[in-house]
Amino acid sequence: MIEFKLPSLGSDMTEGKLLEWKVKPGEGVKRGDVVAVVDTTKAAVEVEIWQEGVVHELIVQPGETVPVGTVMALLLAPGESAAPQARKKVSPAARRRAAQLGVDLAGVRGSGPEGAVTLEDVERARQPAPPAPAAQPLERQAEMRRAIAAAMSRSKREIPHYYLSESVPLARAAEWLARENEKRPVTGRLLMAALLLKATALACKAYPEMNGHYREERHQPSEAVHVGVAISLRQGGLIAPAIHAVERLSLDELMSSLSDLVKRARAGSLRSSEMSDPTITVTNLGEGGVEVVFGVIYPPQVALVGFGAVRENKVVASVSADHRVSDGHRGALFLAAIARLLQEPEKL
Amino acid sequence: MNEREIRAVVLAELKRIAPEVDASALAPGRPLREQVDLDSMDWLNFLVALHERLKVEIPESDYAQLGTLDAVVGYLGRRHGAA
Repeated sequence: MIEFKLPSLGSDMTEGKLLEWKVKPGEGVKRGDVVAVVDTTKAAVEVEIWQEGVVHELIVQPGETVPVGTVMALLLAPGESAAPQARKKVSPAARRRAAQLGVDLAGVRGSGPEGAVTLEDVERARQPAPPAPAAQPLERQAEMRRAIAAAMSRSKREIPHYYLSESVPLARAAEWLARENEKRPVTGRLLMAALLLKATALACKAYPEMNGHYREERHQPSEAVHVGVAISLRQGGLIAPAIHAVERLSLDELMSSLSDLVKRARAGSLRSSEMSDPTITVTNLGEGGVEVVFGVIYPPQVALVGFGAVRENKVVASVSADHRVSDGHRGALFLAAIARLLQEPEKL
Repeated sequence: MNEREIRAVVLAELKRIAPEVDASALAPGRPLREQVDLDSMDWLNFLVALHERLKVEIPESDYAQLGTLDAVVGYLGRRHGAA
């Protein structure tokens, strides 16, 4: 039997409220399928499953708030069959009603004594529970502020940050971008942000101590560079979902992913893997005119890259990095690598 | 499509990008991106939406002509008429 547990969708998440199941008992699922929608403090998130199987029992009901790690559903692994039904306690009335309604008792969770299936359980199983309402905007804002406070406090308490910055010439990148965009229709246009993300991801491949997670007292580098993109929400607050394996994406693919991610982040329809997977974060505050940004690392990540405003064809790139994992010398080389990569935009 | 209809499309797409915007409070002659807090991605998505609604191509070299709400409406009116 496979236990589907509520995943952690970021270091600031301790619990989640199930809003809706996207599957029902008896339904087959494969890796990457969205099986539930869970409300976190930051957004309603579509939760994916990473195992294949058949849904056996939905344990948590819409509207329930449960801690991270709670078993939310049970699934049968491929080839596995359900335990014999005779072992399940079912009241006679419930058994009759199940037969009338055509409800499969194997998938019904019993709420009676010793887990016995009651008449109410059968009635509930007949109709999938309606989706629960997501948090209201004001409530969401307050919760998000608390979650950000908790994560950032933890970061500053646990991670010995060091900070570096470097002025990066962008004339070549800007010229290349202007030439490219002149040829492109508005639907295929690139933004400088895509170049900055790609250069950061490629630099991470050369300096792996900037990429990955710090867990169990050690750095666990990541082969892929899943870049968390800090996105400010229009109603206030911040979210930093991942674009996966940025180092392998072309600039066109990256631009398309970025555009899609920003739209979905603001519409509140992100996926669980986007929330839990970032291995480094990039924040770009230059649009507001900020010259340089020194960010706070999102635990368990080990570095955050910031970009300020583009002025006179230069941008100040910064890195906030975890001194338990790297030192200033390597951090400086990492920034220099980003700068170097941006001098050859056509190769990004 | 007349000027009033184009303005309605522009405001509808602006509202889609920035739902908090009160269209009636926008000063049509003042810089649009300052009033609405549109970053580069919002701006690009706004232009893509206008392109798709009005079938008008908007070269990047023309961005400087799109500073205010009135300027956007005027530009689209000219391009739409010419298309």
